[in-house]
Amino acid sequence: MTSTHTQAHASAAARKAAANRVNAKPGRKVFVRILRCDGPGQPSRWETFSVTIERGANVISCLQQIAANPITSDGTRSTPVVWDSGCLEEVCGACTMVINGKVRQSCSCLIDDHAPTEGDTITLEPMSKFPVVRDLWVDRSRLFHNLKRVKAWVPIDGTYALGPGPSESAESQEQRYVMSTCMSCGCCLEACPQFNVEPDPAAWDTAFVGAHALNQARLFNQHETGRRMKGERLDALMGTGGVNDCGNAQNCVKVCPKLIPLTESIAVIGRATTIHAFARWFSGK
Amino acid sequence: MTQHRVIVVGGGLAGLAASIRIAEAGLPVDLFSLVPVKRSHSVCAQGGINACNEVARQQGYSEYEHFDETIYGGDFLADQHPVLEMANWAPKIIDLLDRMGVPFNRTAEGRRDLRLFGGSLFKRTHFAGATTGQQLIYALDEQTRRYESEEKVTKYEYWEFLWPVIEEGRCVGIVAQDMRTMQIRSFRADAVVMATGGCGLVFGKSTNSIICNGAAAARCYQAGVWYGNPEMIQVHPTAIPGADKLRLMSESARGEGGRVWVPRTPRDTRAPKDIPEPERFYFLEEKYPAYGNIVPRDIATREIFDICVNQGMGVGGDNQVYLDLSHKDPEYLTKKLGGILEIYEKFVGVDPRFEPMKIFPAVHYSMGGLWTQFTKGTYNPVEPRVKHKSGAPAPIGSDLGQGLQPGAPNNMMTNVPGLYAFGELNFAYHGANRLGANALLSCIFDGLFCGVSVANYIRNDAPSKSPSCDLPASAFDRVVEQENAKSKRLLDTVSTGDPDPATNPYIIGKELGDEMTAACTVVREDARLGQCLQRLDALKERYTRLKLADDSPWSNQSFTYARAVGDMLAIAEAVALGARGRQESRGAHYRTDFTERDDANFMKSTVARYNAQTRTSSVTFEPIDASLILPTVRTYGKKDAATGPKPPASAVATNA
Ligand SMILES: Cc1cc2nc3c(=O)[nH]c(=O)nc-3n(C[C@H](O)[C@H](O)[C@H](O)COP(=O)(O)OP(=O)(O)OC[C@H]3O[C@@H](n4cnc5c(N)ncnc54)[C@H](O)[C@@H]3O)c2cc1C
Ligand code: SF4
Ligand code: SF4
Ligand code: FES
Repeated sequence: MTSTHTQAHASAAARKAAANRVNAKPGRKVFVRILRCDGPGQPSRWETFSVTIERGANVISCLQQIAANPITSDGTRSTPVVWDSGCLEEVCGACTMVINGKVRQSCSCLIDDHAPTEGDTITLEPMSKFPVVRDLWVDRSRLFHNLKRVKAWVPIDGTYALGPGPSESAESQEQRYVMSTCMSCGCCLEACPQFNVEPDPAAWDTAFVGAHALNQARLFNQHETGRRMKGERLDALMGTGGVNDCGNAQNCVKVCPKLIPLTESIAVIGRATTIHAFARWFSGK
Repeated sequence: MTQHRVIVVGGGLAGLAASIRIAEAGLPVDLFSLVPVKRSHSVCAQGGINACNEVARQQGYSEYEHFDETIYGGDFLADQHPVLEMANWAPKIIDLLDRMGVPFNRTAEGRRDLRLFGGSLFKRTHFAGATTGQQLIYALDEQTRRYESEEKVTKYEYWEFLWPVIEEGRCVGIVAQDMRTMQIRSFRADAVVMATGGCGLVFGKSTNSIICNGAAAARCYQAGVWYGNPEMIQVHPTAIPGADKLRLMSESARGEGGRVWVPRTPRDTRAPKDIPEPERFYFLEEKYPAYGNIVPRDIATREIFDICVNQGMGVGGDNQVYLDLSHKDPEYLTKKLGGILEIYEKFVGVDPRFEPMKIFPAVHYSMGGLWTQFTKGTYNPVEPRVKHKSGAPAPIGSDLGQGLQPGAPNNMMTNVPGLYAFGELNFAYHGANRLGANALLSCIFDGLFCGVSVANYIRNDAPSKSPSCDLPASAFDRVVEQENAKSKRLLDTVSTGDPDPATNPYIIGKELGDEMTAACTVVREDARLGQCLQRLDALKERYTRLKLADDSPWSNQSFTYARAVGDMLAIAEAVALGARGRQESRGAHYRTDFTERDDANFMKSTVARYNAQTRTSSVTFEPIDASLILPTVRTYGKKDAATGPKPPASAVATNA
């Protein structure tokens, strides 16, 4: 249900984008307005740059142009903007930022879709749920830390040659594959009302773990060998900051670029923790 | 008690596999990466990973044939023993990844599914959707995180490797910089594994991630590590032209039935689906009836290049040809190739299930890399065998240890003791051309197989007598000072005047990329390479006058980039020198002035050495060990192999 909904949602956006693309002309100038910050604890400021758009331009190619010639649209000399990126094909998760008010990957954000006309403005801000390192670069260590909280791995007996893994139905593989495409981008956390910025690592273990981590818990609980740590994962998700902190706002699933059925994963984990709690209560453990 | 430590630089597949293996051997690992390891370039790999498997085996395939294909595909340039060992290990590596939970595609019965890939007539490529690299690196990332939580691995993410510390003639640590605080400091280690991947950025736009600048390799090279086969750069036949990057359209698109064609009439203005079959020129299928669209990459690249650049038959007169899947069932395509087709739709705005894609070649992979050694295993025939006939029974078994001696300390060690090179950074396996889906294998093989060698080196060789932690601080301080001085020199250049293109690091980087793409990719020729070397000298000179636009002492990304450009220039020179010195055509290296392969003079490794005094490179050609298979002509059954069109000397690749 959820994933069909998301797909419909995504394809409406795609249709609008495609309509914009048809009219967009290469060579036009657009403004890129960027929320900048020199480092932790420093004040933020807006800077606007005028950029010439080539065919197929995306936010990254604009930032590259600005880096080579960091002069603002009012002619002031500035510094190259700092941002995080890697693959440039929406598979590494690095380049996530808030573009025109929406969190998404900047590499797959085509200028033609968002600023199709000469003089249009496109706005870039860093994600707000993570501490800013500098400009558009944020520190997402907590996101990775939370993968440790849910023990997101299969407990194998080391790397010696011990034969193949468990066989798996094509259906289960397809389910796990989608869950496993999570690229730790943080969109679901940026959109979540329950997930708030927390610079202090000491507080991470009791703050909300996030939709991405709940989904990973489901992914590994579904694997034949991974399942053996199901109890430990559910223990971690029963207390403060666990699955019960989710307010079911469903924002996460709407922004996940990989169309991962996050609310479904949250529901599965929610049910599993309830059963787990009962079992623990009955066995007195 | 002495506490030995190992440094692994790079958290792609090779670095993670190494970290896991070395930690498992009981040695603590410090793991460095420019980005959180999960975001390493390995995530980009789409198509799959090769290994002999039971289905193929029962049809006549074998590890031996995989080995033979890899040597033949690499045009007989690789030392043969390491390749044999890698092929023998491949099925075990797949099993291990399977146990780690990689969601490999499944058959109806629940077994691992397989697909066809370039350079083989058997299905031997395992895959996880269309994001195999992502799924493999996630599995290794998860295991590393497990070891991290057990404190066996310590991660240094957003730390940049700057220079190796070499003392007593061996590598005893590194100097690195925190990319946030910009702090530069040294780290001690009894062995250092470099696994920093490829160098696509040297060519400007490529299919690589933006962080694949080759700077780490270049720094080792300038510190005295030899570089093998620098000129062997793979240009992938099918990429999507883009403003920031040339995005790969995986070979699996051809493996799943994709057909490459152009209209028979140049500049035909009809929409592709309005052009009837007889008016389409399926040039790969016509020229290579046996392999058709799945000829290896270098061949496909040159044919596409020839059709567009020399014959002017590119679609719409531009440098592009059709890669067509629109004859296949859309649902089947979504299932098998969903991820990669999405990339095309996302970045071009056209659905490739219904309309042919437009593609052109792009720089993709570096077969060359840091030069490494090995110890041969037990299979040493008196005479090399003739090329294996596809599907014939394997002449030898697939025992481990036949190709390489397991655990020998020098396996994949560079000429500097204690300094290893794994993964794409290692020059060892792919010769003059890499077969699709063999890179992921070589990365993981290096990490798992040679990780043991690292542990043995530490326990039995120099570090056991003189551990790094007992060495005087001066050796480390010297390199820290060198790097501090280098940064100061760069940061002091910040000017407030108008930016000048001549001294702008981004412009120098772009010109470097354009020049390398024009002179050192699909076709190469002596005079043009000479000109390229002169232009590199001019760029080097401009680099000495470089001006930065930002002197911030905090997270200064443009400074980091500018420093890397200097190192990229060193690699570029090695590539151009190798290409000029190798007066023959072999694999990815195609010389219009020497169109034939010349085994007598050049079935040899190119070894580039850097002279720190003169700041220049030189290359020599050194014998390889080809004692297992005799070289044969590499034609892939081309019909008119001897008389095929040869691009004129004036033709140069463009970055379109
Ligand atoms: C688009 C694409 C698709 C591909 N598809 C396939 C495929 O289907 N099958 C296949 O077999 N191969 C494929 N390849 C090739 C394969 O992906 C790579 O060769 C392989 O992933 C390289 O892995 P690696 O571990 O050597 O390096 P990488 O994954 O590149 O990792 C390098 C690591 O080094 C770190 N690093 C780099 N420099 C420094 C520094 N100075 N300091 C600190 N850390 C540093 C980086 O942060 C990173 O962690 C593909 C390549 C591309 C470009
Ligand atoms: S459903 Fe839960 S995790 Fe998702 S956005 Fe809402 S509160 Fe956050
Ligand atoms: S679940 Fe989706 S949105 Fe959240 S981190 Fe993963 S890929 Fe990003
Ligand atoms: S750069 Fe990797 S997702 Fe955008």
